[in-house]
Amino acid sequence: MSASLLLVQLLSGLAHAMVLFLIASGLALIFGVTRIVNFAHGSFYMLAAYLTYSLAQRLPLGAASFYAAGLLAALLVGLLGLCVEVGLLRRVYQAPELYQLLLTFALVLVIADGVRVVWGTENLTGPEAPGLGGAVPIAGQLFPTYDLALIVLGPAVALALWALFYRTRYGILIRAATLDREMVAVLGVDQARLFTSVFVLGSFLAGLAGALQVPRQALTNVMDTTIITEAFVVVVVGGMGSVFGALLSAALIGVIDAFGVLALPRASLVLIFVVMAVVLIVRPWGLLGRPAALEGAESAGPVTPEGAAVPRPWLWALLAALIVIPPLLPSFLVWLLVEVLAFSLFAASLHLLMGAGGMVSFGHAAAFGLGGYGAALLMQQAGAPMPLAFAGAPIVAAAGAAVIGFFCVRLSSIYFAMLTLAFAQIAYAIVHQWYDLTGGDNGLLGVWPPPWLASPVRFFYLALAACGGGIALLSLIERAPFGLTLRATRDHARRAEAIGVNVRRHRLVAFVLAGFFGGLAGATFVYLKGSVFPEYLTAPLSIQALVMVLLGGVQSVAGAPLGAAVYKLLDTLVTRYTGYWQAVLGGILIILVVAFPRGILGVVRDRR
Amino acid sequence: MILRVRDLRKAFGGVHAVDGVSLELPRGEIRALIGPNGAGKTTLFNILTGQLAADSGEVWLGAARISGLPPHAIWRRGVSRTFQITATFGTLSVFENVQVARLSEARRSLTLWRQAGGLERDRSQALLAFVGLTDQAARPAGTLAYGDLKKLELAIALANDPALLLLDEPTAGMAPAERSDLMRLIVSISRERGLTVLFTEHDMDVVWSVAERILVLHQGRVIAEGTPAEVRANATVQQVYLGEGG
Ligand SMILES: Nc1ncnc2c1ncn2[C@@H]1O[C@H](COP(=O)(O)OP(=O)(O)OP(=O)(O)O)[C@@H](O)[C@H]1O
Ligand SMILES: [Mg+2]
Repeated sequence: MSASLLLVQLLSGLAHAMVLFLIASGLALIFGVTRIVNFAHGSFYMLAAYLTYSLAQRLPLGAASFYAAGLLAALLVGLLGLCVEVGLLRRVYQAPELYQLLLTFALVLVIADGVRVVWGTENLTGPEAPGLGGAVPIAGQLFPTYDLALIVLGPAVALALWALFYRTRYGILIRAATLDREMVAVLGVDQARLFTSVFVLGSFLAGLAGALQVPRQALTNVMDTTIITEAFVVVVVGGMGSVFGALLSAALIGVIDAFGVLALPRASLVLIFVVMAVVLIVRPWGLLGRPAALEGAESAGPVTPEGAAVPRPWLWALLAALIVIPPLLPSFLVWLLVEVLAFSLFAASLHLLMGAGGMVSFGHAAAFGLGGYGAALLMQQAGAPMPLAFAGAPIVAAAGAAVIGFFCVRLSSIYFAMLTLAFAQIAYAIVHQWYDLTGGDNGLLGVWPPPWLASPVRFFYLALAACGGGIALLSLIERAPFGLTLRATRDHARRAEAIGVNVRRHRLVAFVLAGFFGGLAGATFVYLKGSVFPEYLTAPLSIQALVMVLLGGVQSVAGAPLGAAVYKLLDTLVTRYTGYWQAVLGGILIILVVAFPRGILGVVRDRR
Repeated sequence: MILRVRDLRKAFGGVHAVDGVSLELPRGEIRALIGPNGAGKTTLFNILTGQLAADSGEVWLGAARISGLPPHAIWRRGVSRTFQITATFGTLSVFENVQVARLSEARRSLTLWRQAGGLERDRSQALLAFVGLTDQAARPAGTLAYGDLKKLELAIALANDPALLLLDEPTAGMAPAERSDLMRLIVSISRERGLTVLFTEHDMDVVWSVAERILVLHQGRVIAEGTPAEVRANATVQQVYLGEGG
């Protein structure tokens, strides 16, 4: 590889880093002051890009249209940020972190469908930036002029932010709030207004990043998720809440990205997550973050006490119905029931982690997927008969969970969530790129149960035994001394240590158990569908499980199956009538978080 | 001697919170650890119970060195504590708060396949009765009044029948009548079981009436040690502590 090529690659990495910095600095700013992890930040970015595209075509300003459109788009997105903060986020600042995450995630879904409605699903190619088109020769290679302009613009923005933080009263407030939230109240500042303005500023920066991206990249419907993952990595690596950490790590990640594509084209996906995992393991508070941020976050679990168990007779009635009714149903309904069973167990296994353990995992799909691939590979590669593979799959998942958990359980709240996400992404990338073993993108097909188990009703009974049994065991575990102690560690880790509980070991055991049952759910699902794909390990599935748990009510493990059933039912119904399931789900989530944070079971209980 | 501490040091940045503390506690003694705000009392407790690592120095419990062990291991050796800022399990019931500590003592925390419900019931209820919380047993701990939380913490701390009990401001925020009741409880259990108690307290009436001996800490250093009468008469103590705080 020639030196000039390396130079150009470095520069193009830096150009990308500047866009990353813009979006990540907004994210870090918002987190630093409001402690909200804004998933919708990537959506704001995407929205601004599309708005720039449309406005640039319509504004009658000639060459200036593009620039005016970009600025206007960023301002509009800032305005949207204002509405979101005042209308929604304000209601959940006091709520557990998890609800805030879900609320911003709901916005992601709604905005994504909104963009699809307005701009369609085709990729759009934006205009060039007038005056900055073409390329300049650098060391014998051609390098886009626009990227060069970005490399200049990034530090300029950083400088402007620096001046804002260190040369204005507003900046002092922001820094004070980032260090110590109570202090701001003491300083006699209107906290609500500070939060709002910071959220608007952060959203504006995301909008600016989106607008600047238009000449560089085709506009797609998945811009939001691609960028938000990268932005998170940047913020976590730089240190949550540290804007200058974001600058440093954006440069690092941008360059690693650029060279990763050259050196390991197929493993590039995984590279930045490996970087993040390493940083979180060695320095959990990030490059320029402060360790204190870790201590403040004791628990991310529910604040309300556990509810009473579901009455026994109801459970027996439900079980009787599940045994008697399926043979009378048309097969498509039986298949649907199996799917509900698998997801019920999946959600219940997550409940052990997030409900009882207060460990909100964003990567629980790793357990599901590892169980699924375990089931498929044990049959296809190891030649195991299906029942043996079915039994072995959860063990594969539990083993994976033991490795992931070893690193994750030492972290608290948001760092735990991010590291589990990173590991799930790494697992995904491995499965996706280890073509010979896993079939890569194509997945593994033909993973069927043997003929004597393949009829809908027989397979349903198998799934009922596996998943129903799994849920029963999980519910027992949550009420056992182990579960009680786990809840104690969630409520107050230091107190738990001071009564002889090895908190880390307890959390690890919970993590492995959750992995085991999550893997069992995955295996069930894979035998239902006859195939397994890398997507089974990714964030959307992890989030689905989170939603199910919250939908049912996080207070009790019984909520998880209920949430899974309602979710699947809604999914099936809504997709029959509209293609915009995401937006509907997002709407449900918003209502749920804002109006019924205790889930269905919570509402039922309050009524009594 | 049940507890021996040798030349313990801990600094936070430039602040020497604990600056060369040595002390010895004989079995069964009730000793007060006093000193103005920021003297390093809580930091010393945190080091003794393993929640903070000391920069240097050693802690011995009987014949075993416990410095460097994690908090849960130190608790297993019979050192129990309460926290200055009450620390209980908010969503668990009052009964479960004590039960979970009893289960830990019985090494059943990792039991998976059996309901916790009635396990360790009698011992847990006895502890609740001892501190006078029987009526509140079913309530979530998070809903208790402040004084009751302090009592609950004491019950939790007694769950492993400790040899050494460290109480960080056990009566802070309680009504005066409640204070003397609680301290009477602590004295009685110490007499009964030969339990060694080291407690911090800002209320000097409590200190004078309960402590057999007193250790005075100031800016991380021991500046006096002796019987209440001796400490009361000590000129340095009067100057740095009684003069300031009362
Ligand atoms: N985690 C920490 N980080 C930085 N400084 C600390 C920390 N913990 C304690 N300190 C400092 O160490 C010194 C001793 O604090 P400590 O809490 O031990 O005092 P104390 O005697 O318990 O005071 P009080 O009577 O107010 O409870 C104080 O100056 C305090 O500010
Ligand atoms: Mg203290």
